[in-house]
Amino acid sequence: MGPPLRPNQCRSRLGAPPSLPAVCGRVARNPGLQVGMAAFAATAGRLLGLRAAGTEGRLLRLRGAGLQWALLQPASATGDAAQRRQVAHFTFQPDPEPQEYGQTQKMNLFQAITSALDNSLAKDPTAGKDRVFNTPLCEQGIVGFGIGIAVTGATAIAEIQFADYIFPAFDQIVNEAAKYRYRSGDLFNCGSLTIRAPWGCVGHGALYHSQSPEAFFAHCPGIKVVVPRSPFQAKGLLLSCIEDKNPCIFFEPKILYRAAVEQVPVEPYHIPLSQAEVIQEGSDVTLVAWGTQVHVMREVASMAQEKLGVSCEVIDLKTILPWDMDTVCKSVIKTGRLLISHEAPLTGGFASEISSTVQEECFLNLEAPISRVCGYDTPFPHIFEPFYIPDKWKCYDALRKMINY
Amino acid sequence: MRKMLAAVSRVLSGVAQKPASRVLVASRNFANDATFEIKKCDLHRLEEGPPVTTVLTREDGLKYYRMMQTVRRMELKADQLYKQKIIRGFCHLCDGQLLLLLMQEACCVGLEAGINPTDHLITAYRAHGFTFTRGLSVREILAELTGRRGGCAKGKGGSMHMYAKNFYGGNGIVGAQVPLGAGIALACKYNGKDEVCLTLYGDGAANQGQIFEAYNMAALWKLPCIFICENNRYGMGTSVERAAASTDYYKRGDFIPGLRVDGMDILCVREATRFAAAYCRSGKGPILMELQTYRYHGHSMSDPGVSYRTREEIQEVRSKSDPIMLLKDRMVNSNLASVEELKEIDVEVRKEIEDAAQFATADPEPPLEELGYHIYSSDPPFEVRGANQWIKFKSIS
Repeated sequence: MGPPLRPNQCRSRLGAPPSLPAVCGRVARNPGLQVGMAAFAATAGRLLGLRAAGTEGRLLRLRGAGLQWALLQPASATGDAAQRRQVAHFTFQPDPEPQEYGQTQKMNLFQAITSALDNSLAKDPTAGKDRVFNTPLCEQGIVGFGIGIAVTGATAIAEIQFADYIFPAFDQIVNEAAKYRYRSGDLFNCGSLTIRAPWGCVGHGALYHSQSPEAFFAHCPGIKVVVPRSPFQAKGLLLSCIEDKNPCIFFEPKILYRAAVEQVPVEPYHIPLSQAEVIQEGSDVTLVAWGTQVHVMREVASMAQEKLGVSCEVIDLKTILPWDMDTVCKSVIKTGRLLISHEAPLTGGFASEISSTVQEECFLNLEAPISRVCGYDTPFPHIFEPFYIPDKWKCYDALRKMINY
Repeated sequence: MRKMLAAVSRVLSGVAQKPASRVLVASRNFANDATFEIKKCDLHRLEEGPPVTTVLTREDGLKYYRMMQTVRRMELKADQLYKQKIIRGFCHLCDGQLLLLLMQEACCVGLEAGINPTDHLITAYRAHGFTFTRGLSVREILAELTGRRGGCAKGKGGSMHMYAKNFYGGNGIVGAQVPLGAGIALACKYNGKDEVCLTLYGDGAANQGQIFEAYNMAALWKLPCIFICENNRYGMGTSVERAAASTDYYKRGDFIPGLRVDGMDILCVREATRFAAAYCRSGKGPILMELQTYRYHGHSMSDPGVSYRTREEIQEVRSKSDPIMLLKDRMVNSNLASVEELKEIDVEVRKEIEDAAQFATADPEPPLEELGYHIYSSDPPFEVRGANQWIKFKSIS
């Protein structure tokens, strides 16, 4: 048992060449989210209007206090210990400014989401402020109410404070929301329900503020599960989820709330669900990920190109359920190798579904076994987080072994 | 001069009670105990409540003062360490920040004073104070916060998951600990050892469905469970009026008798706990206690705590109802202790916390091999699959 490892030591231990930069990026220090609220927007043809003390309300208050800088700037490291702990496992890479949707504004992830909610609420200007309200602390109640509202035809957007807390509502989602249309023979449905929850590791979340439960919901036909990778994607996907006639769960990578800043169109726009995006074309390996992990994969792709001369095709899956098999399979047929990565534990994680389907469809095209780089089969750890998450070194290592298979 | 006169008058008035050693050591003589009046508790489905007067002995008073001061200092130190980024994570302190417990010390010390060490206690995430009062040292608590080997959960739990003997944590999911507490009470009844279980939750959690499930089962089977709602008036950012249809949390048990207690007064909390414990031990079933308290800082370190309430309110509560100040005033005014003596305790406590913080910062982190430990109870140890097919961890427990 050697001396305790620090994150940068760990990287070299896992075989990364020392010449590669050790600092991968600095994240806006996000010790926690805004004071959370559950927001419902009910539009039954009688939309009610403005926003109460939601996240945006708080943003406005803080802006007034001159603290806006704290929200958008990355926090400066105040010492070596702080620096070590603060370095994130990824660097957010913004997409180029979209041209086709009109005027854009610089927004981070939570602002993009707020903008999407604003657009959605603005669709009915006759309705008032009390459309957006806090609920008491009852996830089961929140989702249950949301389903009830949606069944009558109104649009409901329910927020669960952290994805880790969605489990009291699991029964409502899986047994009620997902099966409503099916069991009533299409007489009733709760398609106008959207559930939003912050998702994924955040650097210091420990067991109950870092979980990625998309795999639990992937096992449930009847709902859609969506995870964006950036502010531009988030706004478009969220608006699509709200419009979609099926109950949707929208997981927002909380570590990107302030870290991801991009030009996002002010007007509403939609990004289609169940369509994966090839964000970088390549010919040797296919890398599939979603949410924060997409940015890790982009870095892995550039590392592979630089160090191994390997050309990687990076795919952002975007919608977990129903997932875009065609894009992924087409890519694997071209490259012959597949690496899937997510933060959730390995066993039963969504990578297993992708892996299984791809080997069924593209068996003869595969040059190497499909690689899954995921979190360990443990609860999300507190102090061990830097070792737990599938960072770029682990992915790079797996990629290298796949190339040399 | 004034002191000498006071000493002389005390010598003349209370000679018979003083032990000989005290005459040698102190130039001032203290009373051995004093009787205080405490606030009457509101009752629900109870004919009688806890007594309205209580006796506080000098020894107890000093003990409570030291404990409360230790909890306060420990939480402030944790706050400081968090701001220095030595503690990371979501930190809930008893005073609000870091999920800290400041201003709620009377609750944890008072509750402990009302029960035996063999009784059981379970609470939510604002747990540092309870971890201390249930018997762990400050070093272990701070080391757990910094995620080190010397921590009470070996550094794997962090702020929200601290455990000790007969103290079941430390639970992150709001409301989830209440059915657990009822289960512990069932075990107490089953084992027949005359123990009770204190199950704590907050005003935000009081609206969770599983709590009502626990009420029903506890009342049905007459479990020795004391449900305690620590009402600090805000569920994170939501005030109780905006979250609950009925803010009389002590009545929310409906068929379970309840009492509302002033949670800032440690003696009130102690008497109410004794009353409630006696009620449960006599086999009458569960009882509900609402502790009216306040948290000085925000919900956790990310919450400044002023966006949903005014600074004036915080200042007012702080100046009028600070539990440590209340106890100090009482003790000094009834001559149970001197200001200097209490100051001495302060200094000792500060030193203890400094030492503990030093330990917590210097202790090494748990070794990487432990990442896979304690997932299952395994015999023989099995392997945990890692981030890719070539990483494996042994899981031992």
